[in-house]
Amino acid sequence: MIMLVVEKVKKSFDGFVAVNGVSFSVNKGEICSIIGPNGAGKTTLFNLITGHLRVDEGKLAFKGIDITNLPPHRICRLGMGRSFQRTNIFPRLTVFQNIQAAVLAHRGESFNFYKPVESFFREETQAILGRVGLKDYGDMVSGSLSYGFQKQLELGIALASEPELLLLDEPTAGMSAKETHQTIELIGRITREEGLTLLFTEHDMEVVFSISARIMVLHQGRLIAEGLPEEIRHSPEVQKVYLGEAR
Amino acid sequence: MRSKPVVLKVRAFMPDPSFLLIQSLSGLTYAMFLFLIASGLSLIFGVLGILNFAHGSLYMLGAYLTYQFVSQFIDAPGQFWWAVVFGSLSVALIGGVIERLFLRRLYIREELNQLLFTYALVLLISDFAKIIWGTGQLSVSRPAILKGAVPILGQYFPEYNIFVIALGPGIALLFWLILHHSRWGRIIRAAALDREMLGSLGVNVNWLFTVVFTIGAWLAGLGGALVSPIAAIVPGMDVEIIINAFIVVVIGGLGSFWGTLLGALILGQVISFGILVFPRLSMVFIYILMAVVLILRPWGLLGKPLQR
Amino acid sequence: MFKENWFLIAIIFLLALVPLSDSRFYIFLGTDILIMGLFAVSLNLLLGYTGLVCFGQAAYFGIGAYTYTLLMKKASFSFPFAFLAAPVFGAVAALIIGIFCIQRTKIYFAMLTLAFSQIVWAIVFKWNSLTGGDNGIIGIPFPQHLDSPTRFYYFTLVVVVFSFYIMRKAVNSPFGRMLTTIRENPERTEFIGINVKLFQLLAFMISGFFSAIAGALFAIFNHSVFPDLLFWPHSAEVLIMTLLGGMYSFFGPLVGAAVMLYLRMLVTSYTQYWPLIMGTILALLLFFFPGGIVGFLKTQRLFSREK
Repeated sequence: MIMLVVEKVKKSFDGFVAVNGVSFSVNKGEICSIIGPNGAGKTTLFNLITGHLRVDEGKLAFKGIDITNLPPHRICRLGMGRSFQRTNIFPRLTVFQNIQAAVLAHRGESFNFYKPVESFFREETQAILGRVGLKDYGDMVSGSLSYGFQKQLELGIALASEPELLLLDEPTAGMSAKETHQTIELIGRITREEGLTLLFTEHDMEVVFSISARIMVLHQGRLIAEGLPEEIRHSPEVQKVYLGEAR
Repeated sequence: MRSKPVVLKVRAFMPDPSFLLIQSLSGLTYAMFLFLIASGLSLIFGVLGILNFAHGSLYMLGAYLTYQFVSQFIDAPGQFWWAVVFGSLSVALIGGVIERLFLRRLYIREELNQLLFTYALVLLISDFAKIIWGTGQLSVSRPAILKGAVPILGQYFPEYNIFVIALGPGIALLFWLILHHSRWGRIIRAAALDREMLGSLGVNVNWLFTVVFTIGAWLAGLGGALVSPIAAIVPGMDVEIIINAFIVVVIGGLGSFWGTLLGALILGQVISFGILVFPRLSMVFIYILMAVVLILRPWGLLGKPLQR
Repeated sequence: MFKENWFLIAIIFLLALVPLSDSRFYIFLGTDILIMGLFAVSLNLLLGYTGLVCFGQAAYFGIGAYTYTLLMKKASFSFPFAFLAAPVFGAVAALIIGIFCIQRTKIYFAMLTLAFSQIVWAIVFKWNSLTGGDNGIIGIPFPQHLDSPTRFYYFTLVVVVFSFYIMRKAVNSPFGRMLTTIRENPERTEFIGINVKLFQLLAFMISGFFSAIAGALFAIFNHSVFPDLLFWPHSAEVLIMTLLGGMYSFFGPLVGAAVMLYLRMLVTSYTQYWPLIMGTILALLLFFFPGGIVGFLKTQRLFSREK
């Protein structure tokens, strides 16, 4: 079954065309990645898919439902989860409260005005903390965590919404080789265990080639190549775009 | 066929054209003061990102200090002009000191802190002025060369006001030249677009902020200095002008220079005629206009949408 | 958790004893503090909990005050009806104004709240026939069964405690937690499935509701209403109270109100330069005590515990 369909999507800012007629689809259970040099439009594309930006032209469909220009919270409720390029957590809340908030929202308790919030979903929250490797860090103020742990927390928040499609925007940005390896292992394991569909952007080619089933290459807002890792690795167009971007 | 009373009725309805012109010129005069203050406000907001509540207070200080200098330079030739120069420069200096010593320490905090500090300044400056100059009305006489009035269509209009009306665009032009044709101007415009970028280009952003704040303060001080012969120098003039300056900046566009001039001209005329035509509604209308602009086009008529 | 509740009950008990001192001064001050405390805490629902910087809260205070006054004096409604109508009007006003304001963020939001508050002020100021304009409306009596300062003090105490109870429940509930996440990161909150604008609007309405109650109480307490109640320095004053007490705690603004009103009473008996003092306090707060009084006390306690 097709999870996500992106059809001729276009977006400009003040005359500058950031995404120029991009079309692709992602099947259920696939792990796909989008690569491309800086400024290629990857984050903009993500923002369009998740509803944070409005498309100028084109259509988007998720699980067969038309999500073009729906507000982000509706798209999230349909089963999409996302992490952001710059760490996006709730800094003054504790790690536990971060995840708990996402669980509360997901389970429809957000309009509960009277019961004390501490008692809700304690076990479920602890379980998620455990899955992303933050089991003992629950009481720490999330803003004081190290960068790597914050990224793990972000993954946890995205998972709390029990998504079917997970969008990760540069999940290993700024990490050391060891952290990168751990993160990719974690993501790969969770994806397999939950049967998630994964779409992510990355700069680290090793990561991309190690877990992607399919790779899409974006350059100056256009999709210039799409295919299996081997095809992409040997594609002359891609090599031209990446000359000088060895990893 | 004789002319019917209808003609008389129309004439009673239509006010004297010379009266209209005078009102319009008064609105224009007020607009120039609004422009001086609002442009400083807009400049500071554009570059530093701070909405300076204390800008009206700096204006008031400009007026009070001009009064002070005029009293010092009794009977000196050109006393008024010297007072204006010293008065506005003093306010500029005060502004620079405030930024350097106090405001700068709040930059790392959230914006609310900076905003509230400028409000604290409003309270402090207002009471300091009362302590030093009392609560009565003060005034300054017009300079000798501009003491007269010019006849326009049968009514008289003060020469001094005409000078102010001419000065406004003069200063606007001067600033436009600086902003678009000098290195400093380019830096200021760049800072308004992207502060962090500028720092990495090797520009001393701290000094830039101090300079910009000082210039903004000078403009406010100049406005106050020049208004001293026309308006009563009195506590409360700070609060009265800052709200109108906000409205101008909103209508014209936070950070847009020509927009500020346009906004000032519009508001000047609205206030001038509003009092006559719809005295009850004009005040409400002004605030509704402010709200409408903020809702529909918050970057004002000529500004650009904020990227932040 | 339980310790805290006992502490609160003790405070309420102490507050209930105030009139026994038979001092008109303390009853007066106490009523004032309770009313302004309610006003400040309701503002903090927006500021401290939802992260919405609001410059126009005085509008709802004033609407509450004038609604009660006009319904009682001009329309001769009964006291319970007029008193309950005030917060309803406040919430409706907050709904209408809020719908427009939440379309924008940060500085534009703040200026919009200011603009709307000024619109309301200008309407009240100019609609002489209805509101008495600049002269305000005077001669508002105590309601029939509350016709003494002491009785009215107890009424205020009950109303304020009850209001705090409701607001506190809301703030400590999942709904309140959602507001906090909006404060921390609205973009992220959007993508855990929350309609951020809807929640902001709800917070706006609740805040307007309770600010209007404070306004209605004030109208009776002050026996008069004036347009000044809606003028923007009044919004600034309550904002300062909130920060003085501490915006990241529930009762912080109440503490701030108490301290500020007490200080004002002291200072104005010696000098007319209260704004100077207030400005200095605000500046000191901003530079040295960003957490306000309660924030400061919390860090002190932390110190001694971590020995």
